[in-house]
Amino acid sequence: MMIALKDINKTYFGAQPLHVLKGINLNVEEGEMVSIMGASGSGKSTLLNILGILDNYDTGEYYLNGKLVKDLSENEAADVRNRTIGFIFQSFNLIPFKTAMENVALPLYYQNVSRKKRNELALEYLERFGLKEWADHYPNELSGGQKQRVSMARALVTHPKVILADEPTGALDSKTSAEVMQILREVNQTGITMIIVTHEKGIALRTNKIIHLKDGVIENIETNNPDLIDFNTEIK
Amino acid sequence: MFDFDGLNEIWQTITRNKTRSLLTAFGVFWGIFLLVILSSTGNGFENGLMKQVEGVTPNTGFFFAGATSEPYKGYQKGRQWTMQMADLEAIRETFPCVKAISPEASLWSNEEKNVIYGNRGSSFSVKGVLPEYNQIEKSKILKGRFLNDTDIASNRKVCLLGKKVYETMFEKGENPIGKMVKVNGIYFQVVGVVRSYTENVEVNGSVDESVILPFTTMQQVYAIGDKIHFFALVADDDTPLKSIADDIKQLLKERHDISPTDEEAIESFDLSEIFNTFKGLFFGIHILIWIVGLGTLLSGIIGVSNIMLVTVKERTREIGVRRAIGAKPKNIIGQVLSESLLLTVLAGLVGLCLGVAIMAVVAMITSSMPSDNMMFQDPNMGFKAAVAATVIIIISGLLAGVLPAWRAIQIKAIDAIREE
Repeated sequence: MMIALKDINKTYFGAQPLHVLKGINLNVEEGEMVSIMGASGSGKSTLLNILGILDNYDTGEYYLNGKLVKDLSENEAADVRNRTIGFIFQSFNLIPFKTAMENVALPLYYQNVSRKKRNELALEYLERFGLKEWADHYPNELSGGQKQRVSMARALVTHPKVILADEPTGALDSKTSAEVMQILREVNQTGITMIIVTHEKGIALRTNKIIHLKDGVIENIETNNPDLIDFNTEIK
Repeated sequence: MFDFDGLNEIWQTITRNKTRSLLTAFGVFWGIFLLVILSSTGNGFENGLMKQVEGVTPNTGFFFAGATSEPYKGYQKGRQWTMQMADLEAIRETFPCVKAISPEASLWSNEEKNVIYGNRGSSFSVKGVLPEYNQIEKSKILKGRFLNDTDIASNRKVCLLGKKVYETMFEKGENPIGKMVKVNGIYFQVVGVVRSYTENVEVNGSVDESVILPFTTMQQVYAIGDKIHFFALVADDDTPLKSIADDIKQLLKERHDISPTDEEAIESFDLSEIFNTFKGLFFGIHILIWIVGLGTLLSGIIGVSNIMLVTVKERTREIGVRRAIGAKPKNIIGQVLSESLLLTVLAGLVGLCLGVAIMAVVAMITSSMPSDNMMFQDPNMGFKAAVAATVIIIISGLLAGVLPAWRAIQIKAIDAIREE
């Protein structure tokens, strides 16, 4: 079991307390490719933040790779994020003054990997995503699809167990979206667990399991066979 | 934290906005630069002044026998009195802290030319002192030697010539040692030529324009008798003259039947008071310089801190992303602190080096026109002050980064990467 959530509750205490997650129970096996769908306000981003240890939860238990994730210190959380989780964001979140290669190498910097070694690894991953010639380019010189591929390389360079992708195709056109999904699928097939938050049906249909979230509870979990879909078709 | 890799990471962010970094760094640069220039200039003037009084021992007192102002033990007031050699011996015995003591007497002549050698003659002042006098008003010995104890003990008829006296009386390059010079009608053998350290400080006439005789010889050959009107003494450095001057006066008063309350019978003059005034003045100037310099530096540091705050704010997303992909709080703190440290230290060291270089050029120029009257000497801030300035730069660089670093770790990954 890669991810096990037991009765997770989360309330935001603002001017008006907002009970965002109301007892989430969810299991994700190692190597699964799961999508989380839901309208805005359904709590899907909060759920992803908790899964990514970017936010903490009030009650319940969250086991990541068999280890309880609760009340971690900043340092422990940073370490788990760095070594176990790879993030892919809708807006890529590349660092603008670093080249593609430096961006990919950044997580390794926080693992104290030597400069030479991490640039080697970064180049290897860029090559894998067909971006070797773009290694010395800055993010503003890259297209949306290229940027997302750089950010995928960055997410994978640390050999994470889980990839968390927040609307990975949100900022891309449909053709590029299909390419990105194709890559994520290939990554998943190497055994990396993949969790994708999306509101696009076309994306969700390319995963094995679709979790429908509504008003802070899991409405239903739909099992899906992505092989029924031609991954080369554009996502509507 | 400060390996080459980290440095590269920091350098990348600093050079990202070159103009802003440069302008920010300028504040620190200017603060340190001003501090160096001001404190070096201050030191230059202080050294210049100290050069003027070189050869004068600060802890020096001069005592004059005046007229009494109170009747005492049957004497009327207004009595003229003089001291004797025995008084000086008594002072020496009673006050072991007195390092050197010497009477000084001058001879006045009505003749137009009181000093004669061969067919040359001119008018110079004639002083009688003890060998110890050289510890009170130091002279440079250009030729021969100073007076010694044997000169005194056997009342030798020897003399020292001041530099100007030698130049006037002798041919250029002529060796005066051993020559006989007629002083106020009596022949003396020249044993040395001396000059004063500076032309600005003189006690009882410039050494350069004097003929100096052994005190005892002078008393004897000119039939002055054992009368001393004036003497000078130097106390050791641990005993301020002020603390013993009154006791010395009391001793003299006792020995000469002068009322202990008589304030005018013995006059004295304490050279250390003048020195202390100057010392106090320069101390004040130094304080002022450091206040101005550090004040300027402080505004530079606040500038750095302010810009770092803006930078942190601008980089909220970047810092958030770094946190998300595994940066620990210490990485973020380290980065912000190192950035402000590097910026401050670079700017500070440039300011320090440029200031020192400029003052070195100034020092070269001033020393290339040597003059005894130069009021400006060797302007440098001194090694200690330079080290202090460096330490201040480093500390201020860290301080400048504290608030921005604290702000930076408040940024949570989740705040930064939140869409919209």
